Order: sequence, then structure tokens, then C-alpha cells
Amino acid sequence: MQIIYILWLRQLKRYLRSRSRLIGSLAQPLFFLVALGFGFGPVFSKAGEGNYIQFLVPGIMSMTIIFTSIFSGMEIIWDRQFGFLKETLVAPVPRLNIMVGRTLGGATIATMQGTLVLLLSLIAGFRPVSWGLVPIVILVMFLSSLLFTALGTAIASKLDDMQGFQMIMNFLVMPLFFLSGAIFPLDRTSVLGTIASFDPLSYTVDALRHILTNIHFFTLAWDISILVILMALFLAIGSYFFSKVQI
Amino acid sequence: MSIIEVKNLTKKFGDFIAVKDVSFSVEKGQIFAFLGPNGAGKSTTIKMLTTLLTPTSGELSIDDHDVMKEARDVRHSFGIVFQDPSLDDELTAYENMEIHAVLYGVKKEVRRERIQQLLEFVELWDRKKSLVKEFSGGMKRRLEIARGLLHHPKVLFLDEPTLGLDPQTRNHMWEYLRKLNESEGITVFFTTHYMEEAERIADKIAVIDHGSIVASGGLEDLKKATSTSSLEEAFLKLTGRNIRDEDVSKTDAMRMRHQAWTKK
Ligand SMILES: Nc1ncnc2c1ncn2[C@@H]1O[C@H](COP(=O)(O)OP(=O)(O)OP(=O)(O)O)[C@@H](O)[C@H]1O
Ligand SMILES: [Mg+2]
Repeated sequence: MQIIYILWLRQLKRYLRSRSRLIGSLAQPLFFLVALGFGFGPVFSKAGEGNYIQFLVPGIMSMTIIFTSIFSGMEIIWDRQFGFLKETLVAPVPRLNIMVGRTLGGATIATMQGTLVLLLSLIAGFRPVSWGLVPIVILVMFLSSLLFTALGTAIASKLDDMQGFQMIMNFLVMPLFFLSGAIFPLDRTSVLGTIASFDPLSYTVDALRHILTNIHFFTLAWDISILVILMALFLAIGSYFFSKVQI
Repeated sequence: MSIIEVKNLTKKFGDFIAVKDVSFSVEKGQIFAFLGPNGAGKSTTIKMLTTLLTPTSGELSIDDHDVMKEARDVRHSFGIVFQDPSLDDELTAYENMEIHAVLYGVKKEVRRERIQQLLEFVELWDRKKSLVKEFSGGMKRRLEIARGLLHHPKVLFLDEPTLGLDPQTRNHMWEYLRKLNESEGITVFFTTHYMEEAERIADKIAVIDHGSIVASGGLEDLKKATSTSSLEEAFLKLTGRNIRDEDVSKTDAMRMRHQAWTKK
């Protein structure tokens, strides 16, 4: 327990101390929110889809979560590079505890970021339909953060250099984001709609949008079930790959 | 009584044999120098002894525990200072020590006192709140040594601990390690490229080249066997005068790429 706690704390300290990371990871979602929100807003309402900011904010929160989580999970590459990974791997503790501590740390950070984006979006005019459901919003964010941090860990355990990191960001995270319905409405009958149902992030977007604005594509129970199952799966895969890491 | 036992140890990376049928033992309380040219297989052997790499074949034991089968006990019994840095640069000196203490189950009541004692010893106590990234190379090294000793290990592995350190720090470090060796009977297993260090401090020396042990014994034995008058001469006679083709190891290549990547 103490081991998990100290490694969780380590992730948080590293995050809070790196001001550039803090600002960078908030600037990106804000930029998307402003550029897309105010850029596409008029088109969106002309097409009869309603207020675009309302629609977009849950998508941008999801974007923050997937980027921050995968990045946190993949920090293992940095730890390998700068050597700290060795220190944890020779310690007389089960690898699972190390993995769990790191993953909880990464997920906490991502959830905090998602919450910050939600708060900042209030300035841009976003209004959730109900505040009472905020605990469920946080729960969904944490669930998704765990899922993607574990995915990042699984991938990073298999990569051994920095090149791979850019590849994953460009060829995995970006497509997952764009295909999730985060920035445009999904259509059940279209090809995109079908593709989106294979994208884990779609369920995060849908659940958040459902709770915050009452717009949805799947049902909430379905979203959350899928997220729980995928989280368990990715945690298992991540732990397995991490347990096989050699220096 | 021997505390480290290595029998017929072999490690292959694909077709390349990095360590070839190596056997040796280290007595409890000994200071053991593991010497060899670049790429000889020293670090690879240490990584296998410290559970970081799985051997291709062979038997390893530390303090009567099988390194592969009883990894947990083995990990408790040694401390290690790696050839490459292994600190968290974004944390303070104290925080690095604290994480180590928790990972090794050092009791909370004694944690602070023990950390203070060791940081004072390596003269870093007044810098305990500084981030490690602000430290010089020598200070980082000292911190790693302090950390390696935090959990009272029976064996201390040091992979080129003095690389890049000034003579003052090197002398100070060896003096301390010798004291520790005498007072607590800690076994020290180290590698170095400074022959005079090994000459001065080691009770036993093994020379490895191209993955195989080419000689081992006390300083006098080595000198006698090679009919030379210093360890450096003996070393050169045993391993030849050719410069090793500096095949860039995987981690080095990664480091170089990383530098290119971050310079942008
Ligand atoms: N992960 C790896 N994959 C492939 N080859 C490796 C790997 N690690 C080490 N080697 C190779 O094994 C050989 C022995 O490497 P090792 O690091 O053990 O040498 P060393 O004796 O510690 O050398 P140095 O004095 O330069 O530190 C080298 O040829 C190295 O390139
Ligand atoms: Mg080496």
C-alpha cells in the first residue's frame, strides 16, 4: 500500500513541478475549444444541431484525458531513458504494485486536467444541465484515465526509444480522438459511426456528453460497462507487459 | 564462505554472446574488482546478478538465495550503483532517498534518521531539498551511493562508480567504502577502468574479456602469472593492446537519438 502511495505521489509531484507541462496540457484543449467552438459554432447551429460549445466541451475534456493519460503511461520510456526505472525494477516489490502506483498517479493527473478543462469551459459559456451529477462525471473521467494510462503503459513497455512515442501520438492517439465523435456528431448508420464504436474514447465522450448535456449516442449504462471492461483488460495487459520489461 | 556464486553463466543477445560460460565466487566481506575492457560483459554480468536480466543459462546465487527463483530475497540483500544514472531528476535528494526507503520496507520510525545519517555522510544533507537535476555529476554519484546503502545491504554492487569523479571525491568514496567494509562486513563488488583503484582497494580481482574470465585471484597472483609489476601491465597483457571496436550499445544509441530529438 505504501509503495503504491509513494509512486502515486511521485507522479503527482513530477506533474505539479513541471510548469511547462501543466501549461502546455491546458493550452492545447483551450486552443481547440476556442478555435473549433467559435469557428464551427455558427455552422453547427445553422445545421440545426444546437449550441456547439455545449456539444464540444465533453469532447475536449475527453481529448485532455486521452492525451494526458497516454502520456503519463508512456512516461516509462523517460524513466527508462533517465534510469529511474532500474531503481524500481531492482527493488524487492512486486512489479504489479509499481505498475498500479504509476497508473493511479497518471489517472489522477488526467482526471484533474479534465476537471480543470470543465471549469475553464464555463468561461467560454458552457453550462452543464445539472451540477448534481458532477461526481459521476469525475468517476467516468477517472475510469477512462485508468484505461488510457494502462494502455500507455502497455505500449511503452514494448517500446524502447523516443521515436516510438511520436509515432503513437500521431498514429494512435490522434485518430482515436478524431474518430470518437468528440468534435462532430456521430451518425448510427454511417461508416464513421461503426468505426467509432470500436474506439474506446467514443464511450468516454458519449458518457460525459450524456451526463453533462443530455446528448447521447449510446446509453450511459452501456458506455460505463464498456469502459469498465476495457479498463480491466488494459490494466491486465499493461501489468503483464510491464512485468516482462528487461533493461 | 562465499556470498556470491556464479556458475557457467552465459548471456546471448540474439547470436551475440555477451557473457560466455563464466564462473567465479566472491567471499563474504571481500572487496572484489571485476575488470575488463569496454564491452567485455561486466555490466551484463551485474545486471544478471541483480535480477534485471535473465541469463540464457547458468546458475547464480547471492547470500545462498537463487537469483532467479528467489528474486525477492536476493533484491533485499544487495544495493546497487548502476553505470548509468538512476535517480529521479525531478525530485529532491531527500525524496529520492525516501522512495528507496519505502521500496525496501525501511521502517518509518528509523527512515528519517537513517536518511540523514547517509546524506550527512556523503555531504549532501544541506542539499537535501534541492532537486537532483541541479546536482553536479559527482553529487549525483554520491547520492546514488548513499541510496544504495540505505537498506543495509549485505552486498554492494558498484558499476564504474568513480567514472567522471574528481580524485578528491574518488578517494573519499573508497575510504568510506573501505571503512564500511571493515565495520559492517559489507561485501563490495565493483568494476572500474582505473587500475590503480583496483590495485589499492581490491582483495580479489577477476579480469573478463570478450565475455570470458581470463584471469582471477589476488593482485600478487595476477602479477606473478603475467610476470608483470603492476596491475595495469597485467591487464594489458591479459586483454591485449587492441582498442575495442566501440560498438554503440543499444542504450547509447537511444541516448544519442534522444539528444538529437530534444535539441530541436
Ligand atoms: N541489450 C543488449 N542488446 C544487445 N547487445 C547488448 C545489450 N546489452 C549489452 N550488449 C552487448 O554486450 C556486450 C557487453 O556489454 P556490457 O555492457 O556488459 O560491457 P561492459 O563490460 O560493461 O563494458 P563497459 O566497460 O563499456 O561498460 C557489448 O558488446 C554490448 O554491446
Ligand atoms: Mg559497463
